[in-house]
Amino acid sequence: MLLGLATPSILTIIAIIMIPLGWLFYLSFIGKGGEFSLENYQRMIEYKSYFRVYIITFEVSILTTLVCILIGYPLAYFLSQLPQRFAGFFMLTVLLPFWTSLLVRTYAWLVLLQKKGLLNEFAMQIGLWETPIKLVHNMTGTLIGMAHIMLPFLVLPLYGAMRRIEPEMMQAAANLGAKPVHAFWKIFFPMSLPGMVAGSLIVFVLCLGFYVTPAVLGGGRVVMVATQITAILENQFNWGAASALGVVLLLATLVILFIAGRILKLDNVLFGRS
Amino acid sequence: MSIHTFHIQRLQRNEETGSIYLKGKNNMKIIKRTAVALATTIFFATVASAADPITVVSWGGSYGKAQDSALFNDASKNSGIAINRESGASMSKACLQVESGAVTWDLVVTGSGSGAAAAAKGCLEKIDYGVVDVSDFYPNLYTDYCVGSDVFATVMAWNTDKYGEPGTPGAPNSWADFWDVKKFPGTRAYRANNVDGALEPALMADGVPPEKVYEVLATRAGKERAIRKIRELKPHISVFWGSGAQQAQLMKDAEVDMTTGWNGRFDNAKKDGAKVGYTFNQALLDYDCFAMPKGAPNKTTAMKFLAEVSKPEYQANLPFYITYGPTNKKAYEITTAPKALIESLPSHPKNVPLMLPVSLDFYAKNRTEAIELYMELMSE
Repeated sequence: MLLGLATPSILTIIAIIMIPLGWLFYLSFIGKGGEFSLENYQRMIEYKSYFRVYIITFEVSILTTLVCILIGYPLAYFLSQLPQRFAGFFMLTVLLPFWTSLLVRTYAWLVLLQKKGLLNEFAMQIGLWETPIKLVHNMTGTLIGMAHIMLPFLVLPLYGAMRRIEPEMMQAAANLGAKPVHAFWKIFFPMSLPGMVAGSLIVFVLCLGFYVTPAVLGGGRVVMVATQITAILENQFNWGAASALGVVLLLATLVILFIAGRILKLDNVLFGRS
Repeated sequence: MSIHTFHIQRLQRNEETGSIYLKGKNNMKIIKRTAVALATTIFFATVASAADPITVVSWGGSYGKAQDSALFNDASKNSGIAINRESGASMSKACLQVESGAVTWDLVVTGSGSGAAAAAKGCLEKIDYGVVDVSDFYPNLYTDYCVGSDVFATVMAWNTDKYGEPGTPGAPNSWADFWDVKKFPGTRAYRANNVDGALEPALMADGVPPEKVYEVLATRAGKERAIRKIRELKPHISVFWGSGAQQAQLMKDAEVDMTTGWNGRFDNAKKDGAKVGYTFNQALLDYDCFAMPKGAPNKTTAMKFLAEVSKPEYQANLPFYITYGPTNKKAYEITTAPKALIESLPSHPKNVPLMLPVSLDFYAKNRTEAIELYMELMSE
């Protein structure tokens, strides 16, 4: 019965995930002439640009995740301490941008941050700085845009985890003589950790495949794997080379998640095992 | 068609017999039948509608709009061929459609270089020159697989508030000036992730005479020399542009002081109030063309439409909307555009000698290596 009910979804997963993935692996070993070949991988060693692109991709993803944690944790904490109905209202402010098109938000940041953008003009008018500051077409702009887009993915699981922490826990800690800061770090923070790790992982993994935001706000200087894949497809129609890039990104991600899993004991936090 | 009506009839019959299907097992049957009926309806609806209008794909921004106004709308009206206009033309997407056997595009705009590359990959239909009349075309502006639609130039453009109007003393006039950040201090923009038209300016700035550029670029050392020259400018390149629309936007917003780009985009940006000027001196002369993906759904109709838009009377209107030159000589004779406008077109005899014609042969042989080297530079 159980298997019967699960069959459609298992078949769907095989059809839409496993088969294309297998196809991707297969393509990456097909050379220009249509024969089996390692040329797509060889060229990733021959040219340094590929290695650098992976480094940039992981750098952007890690930094975005960190920015999201720095902004998202206090925000989720604030929301979780509010009475439910007020929390709902403030949650809306987090979710509203979530429902707006990613492209629109990215271009909105461009308009705000560029040389003659609103922010620079305003700051120069009130005398904060004299000449326009370069806020976009670089790493800074990319991180601002990506953190804004990714924030809800961190806040939602984190908020859920924090809501589940019973307020009595903190009161009990206070009763036993713990100062608020101490109680927070000893009780609240560890209990919120599963939510934070889950959220961070979602953010990190989603960032790895980002295309639009770094392409628009990076000004061509922040070349991530997705950008490189597009460039190869657009200019060379080389599916094998593009597939090889995807395969390496996938494997690198799996390795990183595996190591992170060992260090952070992901099994415990994600699946509640002890 | 018969399966389709059959299911509809069965469904109707069931509905007539009344309430049984609302309960129990029959419920499932009805859902299944409705789904099948729906699916067949959708299937036949798509097949039926695909037979009619042809799908013509161009680029966004002022380029696509200009083609609509000058070419597509009138040609469609006069030939009676209905068109379905899409944006986002790209040879890689066309090739993807061909390789996956799901071609929905009939005519696609492309740069001459990407068109040639796609043809070499076997993604394009041969043009039927028995239908499309190119007897009045300039030579070299059509190939077996691509019919020239307009002539454009890759130029250097700058903020006129900062560096002066083109042609005035002290204004930039060569690629050496583009590279000279002492004489022309400020920020630059340059092409991102695509090497087309990106290496030639660097060599000219490095002192290679235009007629020798492709000879030097044919060697690995020549390409590396060009890359080194761009690397030298890189600290001053604050944006790498990815599209024509972006070139125009960068100049409109005064985000950069000088950029490379396509001449028509800057004229239109100027019309919109941008302080921008450019020179044809040392620019790269190139053309766009119409290609047909292999296995296009409406091949015969699309070929007729291609014949229609290639007529001089439509091309003669193009300069009113974007300053790209006609590929059909006759268009120059019959156009009602004012003299000043005609003289501002890249393919005008007055301008052609100033420029370096882009070599399709060079790109056919060297593009892959050149892109790898350029991507090295981009990712640094």
